[in-house]
Amino acid sequence: MSTLDLFSVTPPEAADLLSRRFRDWFASRGWSPREHQLALLAKAREQRSALLIAPTGAGKTLAGFLPTLVELSGEQDRKDSHLPLKGGGRHARGRVSATERDGWGPAAGTEQAADPRPNFPPFRGKESDDRASGEEMAAEKVRPSLISTGRSVRRTGGLHTLYISPLKALAVDIARNLETPVAEMGLPIRIETRTGDTPVSRRQRQRRYPPDILLTTPEQLALLLASDDAPYLFSSLKRIVLDELHALVTSKRGDLLSLGLARLWTITPQIRAIGLSATVAEPEQLARFLVPQPGGEFASADVVTAGGAAPPVVEMLDTRERLPWSGHSARHALPEVYELIKRNKTTLVFVNTRSQAEMLFQDLWRMNDDGLAIALHHGSLDVAQRRKVEDAMAAGKLRGVVCTSSLDLGVDWGDVDLVINIGAPKGSSRLMQRIGRANHRFDEASRAVLVPANRFEVLECAVAIDAIAENAQDTPPLRTGALDVLAQHVLGCACGKPFLSDELYDEVRTSAPYAALARSDFDDVVDFVATGGYALKTYERFARIKQDKQGRWRVANPKVRQSYRLNVGTIVEETMLKVRLVRSRAGGSGSTGAIARGGRMLGEIEEVFIEGLVVGDTFVFGGEVVRYEALVEDQVYVSRANDKDAKVPSYMGGKFPLSTYLAERVRKLLDNSRAWNALPDQVHDWLSLQKKYSRVPAVRELLVETFPRGGSHYLICYPFEGRLAHQTLGMLLTRRLERARARPLGFVANEYALAVWGVGDLSFMIRQGRLDLNALFDADMLGDDLEAWLAESALMKRTFRNCAIISGLIARRFTDEEKSRRQVLFSTDLIYDVLRKHQADHVLLRAARGDAATGLLDLRRLGDMLSRVKGRITHKSLDHVSPLAVPALLEIGRESVYGEASDELLAEAAEELVREAMT
Amino acid sequence: MTAGALASETSDEMRVTKVTVADVGFVADCSGALFWEEQRLLVVSDLHLEKGSSFAARGVLLPPYDTVATLSRLAAVIARHDPRQVIALGDSFHDRTAHERLSDADREALAALQARRSWIWISGNHDPALPSDLGGVVATEVAIGPIAFRHEPTGASGEIAGHLHPKARVPTRGRSIERRCFASDGERAVMPAFGAYTGGLSIRDAAFARIFGSPGFTAHVLGDNRVHAFVASRCY
Repeated sequence: MSTLDLFSVTPPEAADLLSRRFRDWFASRGWSPREHQLALLAKAREQRSALLIAPTGAGKTLAGFLPTLVELSGEQDRKDSHLPLKGGGRHARGRVSATERDGWGPAAGTEQAADPRPNFPPFRGKESDDRASGEEMAAEKVRPSLISTGRSVRRTGGLHTLYISPLKALAVDIARNLETPVAEMGLPIRIETRTGDTPVSRRQRQRRYPPDILLTTPEQLALLLASDDAPYLFSSLKRIVLDELHALVTSKRGDLLSLGLARLWTITPQIRAIGLSATVAEPEQLARFLVPQPGGEFASADVVTAGGAAPPVVEMLDTRERLPWSGHSARHALPEVYELIKRNKTTLVFVNTRSQAEMLFQDLWRMNDDGLAIALHHGSLDVAQRRKVEDAMAAGKLRGVVCTSSLDLGVDWGDVDLVINIGAPKGSSRLMQRIGRANHRFDEASRAVLVPANRFEVLECAVAIDAIAENAQDTPPLRTGALDVLAQHVLGCACGKPFLSDELYDEVRTSAPYAALARSDFDDVVDFVATGGYALKTYERFARIKQDKQGRWRVANPKVRQSYRLNVGTIVEETMLKVRLVRSRAGGSGSTGAIARGGRMLGEIEEVFIEGLVVGDTFVFGGEVVRYEALVEDQVYVSRANDKDAKVPSYMGGKFPLSTYLAERVRKLLDNSRAWNALPDQVHDWLSLQKKYSRVPAVRELLVETFPRGGSHYLICYPFEGRLAHQTLGMLLTRRLERARARPLGFVANEYALAVWGVGDLSFMIRQGRLDLNALFDADMLGDDLEAWLAESALMKRTFRNCAIISGLIARRFTDEEKSRRQVLFSTDLIYDVLRKHQADHVLLRAARGDAATGLLDLRRLGDMLSRVKGRITHKSLDHVSPLAVPALLEIGRESVYGEASDELLAEAAEELVREAMT
Repeated sequence: MTAGALASETSDEMRVTKVTVADVGFVADCSGALFWEEQRLLVVSDLHLEKGSSFAARGVLLPPYDTVATLSRLAAVIARHDPRQVIALGDSFHDRTAHERLSDADREALAALQARRSWIWISGNHDPALPSDLGGVVATEVAIGPIAFRHEPTGASGEIAGHLHPKARVPTRGRSIERRCFASDGERAVMPAFGAYTGGLSIRDAAFARIFGSPGFTAHVLGDNRVHAFVASRCY
């Protein structure tokens, strides 16, 4: 990227694209329009959709809105301002009158008639020659003039620009930020937000009198589209701005948004899109999202890349302390982290999980002798509390904020001059986005310090730093649209104007994630929405959507529409339980005496986490160590524990596994012993020892070590494919080892390795030819073994539950009338069992399998790994544990997984209680 | 994947767990049924047949396979014990008109199960008025020897009831496991729900305290191949 030169933009270009008012405004702030801001203006004038790739702090948001502000200022090039609006009629109502503040617009009191004529001053800049063909001109539309009536509510020519943000808080912040230039330039523009929090009265008004710019979320867009008046509301729309597109497209929300876009392209073919994104691996692919995909072909929006950000300065903390073998807390480095916070103005300390954030925050406070203002920010905290932290940060009142990915996105708060990333970076793009948070000056380098929490993480940090130096991105490829999201969309469409299957199928395929959707899948989804899609046709009379004589689908009754409204969206929250602080109950876990109800609400916690606890366990929450007392309905009662350390240290390694790209680089680093010299001595020595005692795996090789230890026999392999894929591998391997009579007892998976232990002497079995490693790691484990495991996998059941909710099979929110029935709800696990047995190819099971490929089970990655290592398995039979195996073995007992075999666990638990009773 | 896993895999025979009520020992089948060997009497509770279509009628299109799933489980447990008599302990049908929605195939399957044995439908709150054409006899409660079979538990001694759908969450290492269970204290028992779509109520709920008085009763938790006993106070 070239360095930004503010003066590289020649004045005539700026003058061509920006009126005097805008140029003056930039000047008044001491700014010049940036190259990419002007580039987007030029794209807008050419009627092109564009994807802006820019680092944080590059004025991305302003760039995205500038074309809209210019067009709405009434000072736009005349050519952009013609032709009557389609869907006429409505302008007759839009009697607009206004005063103009600075003489650029029509005179005060001008009345706009149904057919607005261009009444803007002629544009004085140079005419661009690559102007639209006649056809484009015909398609082009004009906004009626936009006139301000001052502060009061103005009637306008309808909605001009829709802005979509992944966070509703962001929409609100952007609106606030946008008000500034609009007010300072005195632009006659009405800006409003619409989120789940917007009062009904304002929502209704927004439908009738839409603002010029509406800032909203993908879910709200879906809701707006699922109404009869969507064509009215959107017919005037010219532009849609998609913020943080790189983040949106990686989830099902992106799928939902893409379907909404497809709908908009049908309603309003003239709209153009602007995508705003951090740097991604494949910009052309991401740019496909912004334009209709023409039947099976490939179309992309133009890509504009902002140059100029100084490359970040990233270093690894060269700790004076001993580097831990395992764990994720980085406690050894905390005094050094504290020093860094002290030496900088505002530091963001990123960690990977909520519980890490909790613990770190607590530890920092314990050593906070200087009374530095350090705050905590993560997704499970109360919204009001998070908001308070964000405001304090914006006001420059905080010296440090310990946060999770909850601060990955969002507007820039305050002058962050240092980012500390604790633990594994996981991916280079993710890390670069975090580092971009230290961007108080765009043209100054962001500074970041990586703090590895264990030796493997040192390797990961080292390759991440190299990757950043090369600006190497590892964002995932564009998703294939999920079928459960499509089901939700189909129901939404039926809530609006009735649709024909053929037409909707063609429309859906204009969206990039669904471009390759098979007609049979689409038909199955429609069938599912209508009657459940079951092989038995017994539900025809219960249909939720029905076809009329012309074949158009519409909702069968208003209740279906109501239920759709309540359940729109693709974010299936983990079932959360409210955590309340009560006084400890002395009777111990055995007592049933009612514990004091009520208690101060500390926040919310995932049900799955609590399910892993036993009454009496301690964990960190809300910045303190608490003791788990009881679970009553959706309330978790905890008491203050006086323990310094929590018994349950952390759970899981965070949501995101190590990226395939960084994993590959780590394997390359291991394979290149000369490169080890650049690593800290402790790590260098560790690897050298491994080389001497066992072997360091080559890039494409899978090293498998077997050794005895403490009466058990261990098998450990190093695929470097992330915890999720390893966990699935562990489940499948133990099944196979059981069949081979190797009598496995358990396994533990981390980001880098998988260790299985058991009774059988694996080294001996391999020597005797009774256990063939090539067969053990053969990709055919993804056949029958996987099938058998999926039948009982808790992770698969969770995946299925999400699909059942998103697809609308079951509701998560109820109408008042239904609420009383909540107690007669059913478990999706039971539905999964029954459906799997009786209709294994049902569309919801297909959707769940699609998710399993990349989600919690990471099957695709496991499959890729198995084919990579085929014929490249190296076995080392050792006398004792190898240096490389130590970190994984240390995690046994802390994070081990015991499979899904419930009988054995129940038997063990029962026996334990018996033993307890006998002593 | 524990040592226990291998033990249970090597022996196909299921271990027999007994639930005792008023000195009568019942075999607790891990399907959720009770079998009284001397009487050759099999008891199942809360089949909730046609729960799927009941929800479907209200717009929640659950898979319509629950009846066939429940009946095939019932067929399996009947084949295991070959009872002379079967008691369905109430809420056999999910709603008042559920029996009308039975498919012909399910109706035939049910008739096949009823052949060569006596069959008693105890009415429950979901199915208070069962028709007579279902085969078997309909009753509100049945007493055999010292045991009274009724749908809703009253807490009386010698009572076997259903209605509450007991389930228990058991802490194990690694994670906790939640399963359906029998609840009993030797004097009375509450049976788990047998239906494919029936969820459960935690045995720590106050409803159980009302029946058993103290949390000293036992949760006989249904495993895949056997039943495991826990003191209810240790479950949650």
